[in-house]
Amino acid sequence: MTGNLMPPALIFIAGALLIPFLRGKIQAGYMLLIPVVSVLILMNAPTGRIWTLDFWGYTLIMGRLDKLSLVFGYIFTIMAFLGILFALKVKDNLQHVSAVVYAGATLGVVFAGDFLTLYLFWEIMAVSSTFLILASRTDAARKAGFRYILVHLVGGLFLLAGIVLYIQETGTTAFDYIGLSGTASWLIFIGIALNAAAIPLHAWLPDAYPMGTPTSTVFLSAFTTKSAVYLLIRTFPGTELLIWIGAFMVFVPIFYAVLENDIRRVLAYSLLNQIGFMLVGTGIGSQLALNGAVAHAFCHILYKGLLFMAAGSVLQMTGKIKCTEIGGLYKTMPLTCLFCMVGAASISAFPLFSGFVSKSMVVTATVEEHLVLVYLVLQFASAGVFHHAGIKVPFFTFFGHDSGIRAKDPSWNMVLAMGIAAFACIFIGVFPQPLYNLLPFTVEYIPYTGAHVVGQLQLLMFGALAFALLILSGYYPPEIKSINLDVDWTYRKLGSAAYRFLDRSLNTVNRRTEQGLMSVVKGGSTFFRQITVHLILFFSVNLWLVLGYRDKHLALKKQQLYNDVVQGTLPVGIGAAAAVSFVVLIYVLT
Amino acid sequence: MKKELTLFDKPKNVKILLICFYCSLVVLVIAEFFIHPHPAFYFEQIKGFSAVYGFFSCVLLIFLAKLLRMVVMKKEDYYDR
Repeated sequence: MTGNLMPPALIFIAGALLIPFLRGKIQAGYMLLIPVVSVLILMNAPTGRIWTLDFWGYTLIMGRLDKLSLVFGYIFTIMAFLGILFALKVKDNLQHVSAVVYAGATLGVVFAGDFLTLYLFWEIMAVSSTFLILASRTDAARKAGFRYILVHLVGGLFLLAGIVLYIQETGTTAFDYIGLSGTASWLIFIGIALNAAAIPLHAWLPDAYPMGTPTSTVFLSAFTTKSAVYLLIRTFPGTELLIWIGAFMVFVPIFYAVLENDIRRVLAYSLLNQIGFMLVGTGIGSQLALNGAVAHAFCHILYKGLLFMAAGSVLQMTGKIKCTEIGGLYKTMPLTCLFCMVGAASISAFPLFSGFVSKSMVVTATVEEHLVLVYLVLQFASAGVFHHAGIKVPFFTFFGHDSGIRAKDPSWNMVLAMGIAAFACIFIGVFPQPLYNLLPFTVEYIPYTGAHVVGQLQLLMFGALAFALLILSGYYPPEIKSINLDVDWTYRKLGSAAYRFLDRSLNTVNRRTEQGLMSVVKGGSTFFRQITVHLILFFSVNLWLVLGYRDKHLALKKQQLYNDVVQGTLPVGIGAAAAVSFVVLIYVLT
Repeated sequence: MKKELTLFDKPKNVKILLICFYCSLVVLVIAEFFIHPHPAFYFEQIKGFSAVYGFFSCVLLIFLAKLLRMVVMKKEDYYDR
């Protein structure tokens, strides 16, 4: 059976190694073929546990294929295809290889049935994604990439510690539902939550993602966080803590998104907000809620990818991405503008767009569980998302003030990738059933009811009214060239301040101790050297007096001996004689 | 040279757009009286709750964001110093 050929993760990772040896159209075709082959294998593979391997007495499972992992596997493969298509004309093999390896590692994480396989792909994911940030080859990107990998290595260590404890406690490497109980589960939870950018472990995301190249950020936006969401759905469904973390994530980042000047950073904050919806669904843990979290992850990967593609196109064509520097681009980039607005409508959950059919499942789940506060927060955030991602991003980029920039739409492959993603967003929004069929549980859910559509439209359109009135009245916070402090301040400023403090305090102690010790040692050595010299002189002078040396002659002998002893040029015999005479003296005296 | 779109350069077009927008708001409020409601919570029985909530959410969002800006906004080279 074709499904038993090779795990998609290995097809991607092994396939990536060949990319640098190919050129031009062959390379392009080859790269596009990788996700196509993978998706064909997934479609034909039997469900269950396949691609197992014995390794030092442990069973590595590279293919845990069930409805939950397959739906994530499909969307990651689709997004890998779109990302590769979008980046097709990039002349940088580093980016191509790391992107394909990154996508493969993500598939490895999704289909891993045991912790060893999971951890292996987890770390490949962290390292390969770092290269996508470094690929910008700017100083800022280098520093951000460095912080990114440090944070992820720390997260990886938490996960590893949890895994080791887990294996020790249960005696097995295989995992499924874990739930929060005991140290091992907490360590694993923290490790996964960090990759999901769960607040307060989120700051690496808005710090690093906007530093990628126009094309690499598209990959970054899709894989790391959503593979972590998948793992949370798999291992910690129904964990109440996730509801509160999720509600917090839905709420806080939108304020940052409103203030932020860099379009890709606005999108990064709205990415956090969207993950919040998924975590709320995971935390509730009912079948509808989990379906909602999965469906939302699916739709989100597409429309967020689309929005990052649109932002990437603008950055590619204009070299600028800050609200203060761009504007009025609809005049010469109509297609990019159109696709961006489809993405914006989808993320805002407009009826007939993909976000509507998935986000409403999570919101309905909060209603079913009677979580009034969470419901109100989600509705607040829905209006807020429309405000910053739905209106602000297209408005300040393509409309707003005319920046005078007359950049054209990007090359055909970039337009095509955006077009496919935009089509998928609308298709899912209009015909949600194919997506619902992929979901892990069979739940009857009808998104399009009159009350629901009208309620959502009221929420959004009156939110838009607020935006319009605030813009017209001039109360809207103006775009300012600035940065906004986030939790990463703790390790960027507080961390370096702590470093300086430790440098000054501990290193001073170190230095002083060394100085003190050295002066004692030096003093000691001088003392002992002097005492030897004086002892030798004492015995010699007495000897010379007995032998009859006097005055100048004696002084000269003393001087010569002193020099010889201090400089170590004393003939061996004299030293021996002195020692013997010393012994003789002691013998005589006793 | 590709022709530029100048759709929104004309104040008349912007005005038409805004009028359409305001009309849609009115239609949405009226539409609520003709649909079969299934209120999730008691407060959703109030007609136009979503509209009011959406509007004030955004106003509150901007208001709080402006307050937040006083605390978190720094110059672009803040971390380089």
